[in-house]
Amino acid sequence: MTAPSADFAARAGAAIGDARLQDALGRVTAVFGSRRTSAFASLPNAEAVRDAARAARLTAVANLPDYLERFESRLLANGAHVHWADTAADANAIVAGIATRAGCTRAVKSKSMVSEETHLNEALEAAGVAPIETDLGEYIVQLAHDRPSHIIAPIIHLTRQDVGRVMQRELKVPYTDDTQALAATARTRLRSEFLRADMGISGANFGVADTGTIVLVTNEGNGRMVTTLPRVHVVLMGIEKLVANLEELDACLKVLARSGTGQQLTVYTTMVNGPRREGDADGPDELHVVLLDNGRSRIRAGDTAEILGCIRCGACLNVCPVYRNIGGHAYGDTYPGPVGAIVTPGLRGLEPWRELPHASTLCGACRDVCPVRLDIPRMLLALRRDVAAADLQPRSLAWAMKLFAWTASRPALYRAATRVARVWLRARARDGWVRALPGLAGGWTRARDLRAPAAKTFQERWQERRA
Amino acid sequence: MTRAVLFHTCLVNEIDPEVGLAVVRVLERIGCDVDVPAAQTCCGQPAFNAGFQHDARTVARHTIDLLDRTTGPIVIPSGSCGDMLVHQYPHLFADEPAMHEKAVRVASRCREFSQFLAEHAPQHAGGTLDAKIAYHPSCHLLRGLGVREAPLDAIASVDGATSMPVREQEECCGFGGLFSVKNAGISSAMLDRKLAAIESSGADRVVSCDLGCLLHIGGGLHRRGSAIRTQHLAQLLDEAQTR
Repeated sequence: MTAPSADFAARAGAAIGDARLQDALGRVTAVFGSRRTSAFASLPNAEAVRDAARAARLTAVANLPDYLERFESRLLANGAHVHWADTAADANAIVAGIATRAGCTRAVKSKSMVSEETHLNEALEAAGVAPIETDLGEYIVQLAHDRPSHIIAPIIHLTRQDVGRVMQRELKVPYTDDTQALAATARTRLRSEFLRADMGISGANFGVADTGTIVLVTNEGNGRMVTTLPRVHVVLMGIEKLVANLEELDACLKVLARSGTGQQLTVYTTMVNGPRREGDADGPDELHVVLLDNGRSRIRAGDTAEILGCIRCGACLNVCPVYRNIGGHAYGDTYPGPVGAIVTPGLRGLEPWRELPHASTLCGACRDVCPVRLDIPRMLLALRRDVAAADLQPRSLAWAMKLFAWTASRPALYRAATRVARVWLRARARDGWVRALPGLAGGWTRARDLRAPAAKTFQERWQERRA
Repeated sequence: MTRAVLFHTCLVNEIDPEVGLAVVRVLERIGCDVDVPAAQTCCGQPAFNAGFQHDARTVARHTIDLLDRTTGPIVIPSGSCGDMLVHQYPHLFADEPAMHEKAVRVASRCREFSQFLAEHAPQHAGGTLDAKIAYHPSCHLLRGLGVREAPLDAIASVDGATSMPVREQEECCGFGGLFSVKNAGISSAMLDRKLAAIESSGADRVVSCDLGCLLHIGGGLHRRGSAIRTQHLAQLLDEAQTR
């Protein structure tokens, strides 16, 4: 499923050449961007709320062991079962094991990026459990045997015509590209799945340490069905997704919906506080919470620990000029965009994913838009430093940089070296422009000409002027 | 007379000295005595952004030592190099207290060109020039140094100059230093969007405060055979002031 970093350029190139994808990306990211702007306009003291959300999340990350201990004890007191998973395989085995013990064979799922990360669906199928995605976008991803390409808008890369064809092929319904009709088809199908399922699987947007509350935000109400109808509910969540209390949750929810979909609040905010109690009208008999590490502790110990404060709103994708040109699939793994360029190497290892931290101009749009003010460019630079230190860059680049640093700290030598470069470039120019360059520099002249250097440097002109 | 130290940047020195000369003339017209330290080279950003922080430190050390021996504001005709000196140098020496102190001292004296103008001569940029301008805010100027209004105010102070609205004006042009060759395909896709936005703005020139972006945008316009020209803000003001 995962593709090595070396293929990044090829995937990006294919995406750039895909006119329909380009059209969809440009349109949707712009709509999200403007909705976000107006949604924040409705929030009094928006900057203070962002500060509060940031403080809540980064304090949780800094004190994670304490938070997790508290969270676990509250969950247990609330009657939930708690499972700890070191790896994706461990998490999948735990969920499959719960299904086997409880005799579950049909699982309805609400949207969960962590289950994408662990490839839970394949593991469940192998264990004889049929998983059904119930978020509309994820349902179509599953029908199309595709992968999500945006954190909150999984099928940003598909048009309604694409969706119509997928439903026609997979559900044997007549083709239509009418969105109401497509949604109605999904609704009918999913309704019967909800009623038949014996297991519900959800992620968690937040866990509240002081109360042991699992918080889900959805717009379709599927999260509520998944967490109340089946007799077993399994929550699969990353260990980092905690806040201390309900007050902190409030700040986080205020910025999450605004940043993600440009809503003041999502249509549904579901708070799960344990399995069905005596006298409850509904709710599962069993509630299991699976807490996944899968590399998060490693990230927490390094220079990109701040990324664990991410609340997965997707705003950084919508403003990223690189994401807007290449879409989510080019990033090659579960988490796309600027956040993915940090999370993926962190979770999966730097060596195979070394191109991702370089897939950025460091323009800073992500840092400005991030509701919890994560300094994404700073973290990308830290990873680039690690890539260089681990000797994962071409040797020639490393030597060039060494040579550059050596000469640029010796002015007379630097003047001589740059003179050679200027003479060389000027010799290749016609009418003051260089149209083709060899080697790595050829990347420049693929799309643009290079203005030839002037005959004299500024320093030379300055000396003449003063004489 | 205000003494101003010019950190001219490597691109201005090696490729387009006219930008530096325009900066000098504009500064002199507002009463500055410009000093150009002869031993300056490059700020080291190429190495820093590529992840070679050790090499970047070597260059930064040279630049900090050099600039710390000067006095007065340091004027930099680049948001990108300005951000390097202001924000990245202190970060690079976080674990070396003596150098860190020097880096912070130098950083506190640094002003990007438009920023310096806004602080020292808000009313005196001016001049007259009939021009339709697409202003390109470079990312490191806008989001790094947080300078949004100063260049627009300087353009607005020119009689006859019109700032044309540019679609998605604050989106990156795709230069990104080494990014432009390492990720050439993505860089040129970003450039295409930027050029399309500039072309449909009706502007006859692109003005920016960063030569890197201007070489990228200008090189793209030249490849397309476009008549739209590129100018550093200092060149625009210099031209307007001498009309």
